[in-house]
Amino acid sequence: MRGAFVRTLSELARADHRVVLLTGDLGFTVVEPFADEFPDRFFNVGVAEQNMVGLATGLAEAGFLPFCYSIATFAVLRPYEFIRNGPIAQQLPVRIVGVGGGFEYGSAGFTHYGLEDLGVLRMQPGITVVAPADAGQAAAALRATFDLPGPVYFRIGKDEKSVVAGLEARFRLGRAELVRSGRDVAVISVGAATVEAAAAVSELESAGVDAALSVVSTLNPAPVEDLLDLLEEVPAAVTVEGHYVTGGLGSLVAEVIAEHRVDCRLVRCGVRQLPHGTTGSTAFMQERHGLTAGAIASAAQEATRKALSPST
Amino acid sequence: MSRSEGWAASGLAMSGSATTTDPASAPGAEHLRQLSPEAQVRLMAKQIRLSILEQSARAGVGHIGSGLSVADIVAALYARVLRVDGLADPERDRFVLSKGHAALALYAAFALRGWIGREQLDTYCGDDSLLGVHPERDLPGVDFSTGSLGHGLAMAAGAALAARLQGSHRRVYVLLSDAECNEGSLWESVMFAAHHRLGNLTAVIDLNGQQALGKTEAVLDLAPMAARWSEFGWDAVEANGHDPFELLSALQGGTGTRPRVVVARTTFGKGVSYMEGQLRWHYWPMSPEQYSQALEEVTEAP
Repeated sequence: MRGAFVRTLSELARADHRVVLLTGDLGFTVVEPFADEFPDRFFNVGVAEQNMVGLATGLAEAGFLPFCYSIATFAVLRPYEFIRNGPIAQQLPVRIVGVGGGFEYGSAGFTHYGLEDLGVLRMQPGITVVAPADAGQAAAALRATFDLPGPVYFRIGKDEKSVVAGLEARFRLGRAELVRSGRDVAVISVGAATVEAAAAVSELESAGVDAALSVVSTLNPAPVEDLLDLLEEVPAAVTVEGHYVTGGLGSLVAEVIAEHRVDCRLVRCGVRQLPHGTTGSTAFMQERHGLTAGAIASAAQEATRKALSPST
Repeated sequence: MSRSEGWAASGLAMSGSATTTDPASAPGAEHLRQLSPEAQVRLMAKQIRLSILEQSARAGVGHIGSGLSVADIVAALYARVLRVDGLADPERDRFVLSKGHAALALYAAFALRGWIGREQLDTYCGDDSLLGVHPERDLPGVDFSTGSLGHGLAMAAGAALAARLQGSHRRVYVLLSDAECNEGSLWESVMFAAHHRLGNLTAVIDLNGQQALGKTEAVLDLAPMAARWSEFGWDAVEANGHDPFELLSALQGGTGTRPRVVVARTTFGKGVSYMEGQLRWHYWPMSPEQYSQALEEVTEAP
C-alpha cells in the first residue's frame, strides 16, 4: 500500500509544485523514487517527528502541501500535540502519513504497533482520518483528498500485494464501501485488517451465514448514514480493526448504534489486552489478539447467537 | 514602503486612549518620521507598556511581567524590522510569537500599527473575543497560533524553508522565551535550521531568567545560552533586550547563510519597579493602587 501511495504522490507532484515530502528518517525502499525525482521537495528531517510536523505547518501556511511520513505510531503519537495545535487548530493542509497500523511491524514489538492512531485523531474535529484497505484504495484516497484545505491523516499498510476482492479501488470521502451485502450479520472493517475480514466473510458464506462486508475507509468524517443503512438491516455486526477496540472503528459503530437506537448486537474485534511481553510475526500477533479470519468468523457467529438471545 | 514607514504612516492608533495618553500630545505620522529609528522604537515600546498595563487592569488578568519583558523587542520588530505591506500579502515577513503568553504585547503593537482598533483591543480576555492570553491565527496579523512552548521555532523554520523554496526574500522572526529552551522539541528545530542554513530565519530569546515556578538558573540552567546555540551552528549574538540601538543592530544584522539568534538580556516586568524580577507578576493582576503606580512609572520613564 505504501509503495502505491508514494507512486501516486509522485504523479501528483509532477503536476503540482505544492507537494513536499518530509520523512522522519524512515521509508527505506519506499520514498526513494520521490526523493530521486524531486530532490528539492524531499526532506529527510532526521529522527524528529515534532519538528517535522511543525515544519509542515510553516510550509503549509505559505501555500505548500507537505506530507509527513513515518511509522504510524511515530507519525501520530510523538507529535500529537503539534498536529493538534498546528494544522488542526490552524486549519492548514498538512498530510500525516502513518505506515503500518495494528501489528504490521510484528516482531519489532510494542513500540512499533499502531494501536490508537485512528482513535486519537478521530476524536479531533478538523482533521480527515483515512485508512485504506488495499493499494488501489490507498491511491484513490490520496487523489480524492488531495485538495482538501484542512489536514488529513492517512494510515497506510505495508502490504503491497493483497487486494480486497470487490472493493475495486473505490473510495468516497466520508462514505463506507459495501463490498458484499448480507442479511445475517454485518462485518465492518477498516484499513489493512480488511483482508482478514474479507476472508472471514468467505468462511461465513461457506458455513451458510449470509454476511455483509462494509469497508469504512474514512473515520473522520464518519460515514454515519451508510452505517445506519447497513446496521438497520442486520441483527448483528462485527467490527474489525488493527487497533485497540476503544476509540477506533468499534467505538464509532457503537456510537452510531447507541445514538440512533439501532436494534443490532455489536461485537468488536480488535486489541483488548496490552500486547507486551510477547512478540512475533504479524500473523502470530493477529492470532493472539483475535484478528484472523477464523477468529473474526467466530465472533460473527457469536454476535448472531447473542442477537437471537438478547439476555446473553 | 520602507520597514519603518508602516508604523509611522499609520500614526499612533492608540492615541485616543483616555487613561494612558492625551490625544493632543500623541505624536502624529509626521512627527514619527522625524524621529530616529531608536526613538521610534522607544516610543512604541512605551505605548506597548502602557497598553499592557491598561488592558491587564481592565481585564483583571496576569501575564503582565512577560509582556513588559518583551515590549522593546516587539516594538523593534513592529516599528522597524518586520516588512508587512499588507496582512494578507504572501510576501510579508512572518513573525511567530512562540512565547504566546506575551500576546498582549503583540496586540498592542497591532493596535499601534492600526491593524486592530481600540474597540477590538478592549475585548482582550473578554467573552467571545479573538484576543485571548495566547494569539490565534484567526486574528489577521497573527501568522501562527501559539501558546504551547517548544512549538513556534518548528513552524518558523518551516516558514523560512517555504520562503527559500519559493525564491522569496521575505524573512521569518520568532520570539522565544528562555524557559522554552527546556523543551526538547525546540532543539530538533535548532538542529534543522542550522543544518539547512536557514539564513532567512532570526530567533530572539527573551532571556529574562524567569520561568513559571522559579528562576531559570535554579530550574534548568542553560547558561551560557548564546554558546549553546552557536555550538549548534547558529550565528548567535547578544543584546540588551531593552536597548533599541542594540536590538535593531542585532535584528537587522546576520550572515545570510546561517540562522541568527539574538539572545536578548531582559528584565521580567521591565519598567514597573515592583514587578521587576518578581515571579508573582507571571500570574497576578494589579490592584488599583498598583495600577496607578505602574502607569506613573512607565509614563515618566525617559
